[in-house]
Amino acid sequence: MNPIETIKMAFKAIWGNKIRSFLTMLGVIIGVMSVTVLMAIGQGTTSSVTDSISSMGTNMISVTIQTRRFGFGMNRSSRSSSAKGTVILKAEDVLALKDNEYIQYVSPTVSGSLTVKAGSTNTAASIMGVYPDYANIVNTELASGRYIIDADVENRSAVCVIGPDLAEDLFGNTNVVGNTLHVNGRKFRIVGVLDGTSSTLVLPFTLAQRMLESTSITSFYVSATDSTVVSAAQTAVERFLYKKYQDDSTYSIMNQEEMLEAMEETAGTLSLMLGGIASISLLVGGIGIMNIMLVSVTERTREIGIRKAIGAKRRNILLQFLIESIVLSGMGGLLGLMLGYGLMHVLETYMGMSVSSSAGVAQLAMGFSMFVGVVFGLYPANKASKLKPIDALHYS
Amino acid sequence: MIVMQGIRKEYRMGDNVVAALDGVDIHIKPHEFVSIIGPSGSGKSTLMNIIGCLDTADDGIYRFDGLDITDYTENELATIRGKKIGFVFQQFNLLPKLTAQENVELPLIYQGMSAGKRHKRSREVLDRVGLLERMHHKPTELSGGQQQRVAIARALAGDPSLILADEPTGNLDSKTGAEVMRLFHELHEAGNTIVLITHDAKIAAQTPRAIHIHDGRVLEPMDESEVVI
Repeated sequence: MNPIETIKMAFKAIWGNKIRSFLTMLGVIIGVMSVTVLMAIGQGTTSSVTDSISSMGTNMISVTIQTRRFGFGMNRSSRSSSAKGTVILKAEDVLALKDNEYIQYVSPTVSGSLTVKAGSTNTAASIMGVYPDYANIVNTELASGRYIIDADVENRSAVCVIGPDLAEDLFGNTNVVGNTLHVNGRKFRIVGVLDGTSSTLVLPFTLAQRMLESTSITSFYVSATDSTVVSAAQTAVERFLYKKYQDDSTYSIMNQEEMLEAMEETAGTLSLMLGGIASISLLVGGIGIMNIMLVSVTERTREIGIRKAIGAKRRNILLQFLIESIVLSGMGGLLGLMLGYGLMHVLETYMGMSVSSSAGVAQLAMGFSMFVGVVFGLYPANKASKLKPIDALHYS
Repeated sequence: MIVMQGIRKEYRMGDNVVAALDGVDIHIKPHEFVSIIGPSGSGKSTLMNIIGCLDTADDGIYRFDGLDITDYTENELATIRGKKIGFVFQQFNLLPKLTAQENVELPLIYQGMSAGKRHKRSREVLDRVGLLERMHHKPTELSGGQQQRVAIARALAGDPSLILADEPTGNLDSKTGAEVMRLFHELHEAGNTIVLITHDAKIAAQTPRAIHIHDGRVLEPMDESEVVI
């Protein structure tokens, strides 16, 4: 018997029961749609994060120091045993790293959240205190005005560089150089606006450190003179920190490549998790197909008997039902894919989400849905094919 | 055409074993028109299932069209059903979602005939039963008599060695029943072998030979010399 005839029969049976077929497919449609959309969101997030990291340049090394704060909630034993925690890292110590031949720029940073007020608009903004070199380390671009300069840091000048999103929130526009705002009640003059989508307020390091009431430096950034000497620069930083703390668990050093890897790994896990959750719905869709196919076998027992009486072999019946379930799941997959792409388009254009669809995910989702059709169609099809012609004929 | 010797078929009903067929011997020659008559419970349906290769006997020998099919597998029996037997049922048993023509073509699809040949053949047999102009109608759009004629056309489509009819007039009024019987006579005259199962003595009387079955046994077993052709 011609396989095309079997496929035709399957389509006829599906078409003959349009509403039921659609409801059966719905599980697969939703499954495939969620797999493709969630995977695309995962991939989109990954690529936008990695893009922003790699745009910072490949020479960057970031250092985080776990300071021990003595205060509320800390017990006595940890206080007494943490002599190393009392080591205070000063900006001058860090800046001295610049003398190393492999190190080009150094900037201690301090960050926190403070209340920013402009006119009658109040908001909590993330504050970052930097040295002028920070702009070179992370490749900061300005939309207008200037960045923090050495004199600002030395004089603790009340100036700031504002992220465009924050400017938009506070002033309603980004053309704000020369305006003033208040941070924790202190007046600041805006000297520059950052490019891109940042919502950070950048202050001179010295002033920010005072306002955030931090004494020891908890993080700083270094850039190597060249991308080929990043590891040499990293070794120099490590040596410096070990000399200072005598304990390599108090600080962590990460170069850009490691950061990218860590980020990609996290994002990859995220994508996988989203995809995994979505595949569960695809699985549930498959069970729905099996359920309906089983009902269909019972309903069509007489039809199966007639077909067998007039010469259909077990194989013919098996294939008929199997192909029916594959066609159901395949069509569901295709519809789900189309709806998924539509949804991605909406998310991208109207909600500004970064999604990145790949042909691989589409193929995977389609392949998986066909696979679901085979797996969950096999049992009902086998059941149908095993019916004895006399039993099936006399079934009513 | 059909040679049956000592055919037995038993059914289990709780702890009791009931013999539906208890040593049946039947001999049907090619081009015969034979009726098998018996009251309900006589075992005639079981016999028809075995003749039609829908079921197998527990014991005995069955030769069909020169083939000893006693030990045929399910798959081989399906081939026999498709190629050599045309069924006509009391309930018509047409597929409700297919048109008359599609119903007639169905056995030909399972035989692997190409679409072009199938269309030609289905028109031929529908023409023969006088329903060519209704070939695109679904069974629900046809009268009982017309449905049974479509079923006969379907039975004829594969050009079978045997037409096996199970109470073909049982669901029809006497007028359309008579029309269907006339069609069977025409087919017989054209050379077809027909076995008709019925409980109705009036129907059985219309066939050249009747085999009476009662309590799983053939009454008045006939020698070959008695066979009326």
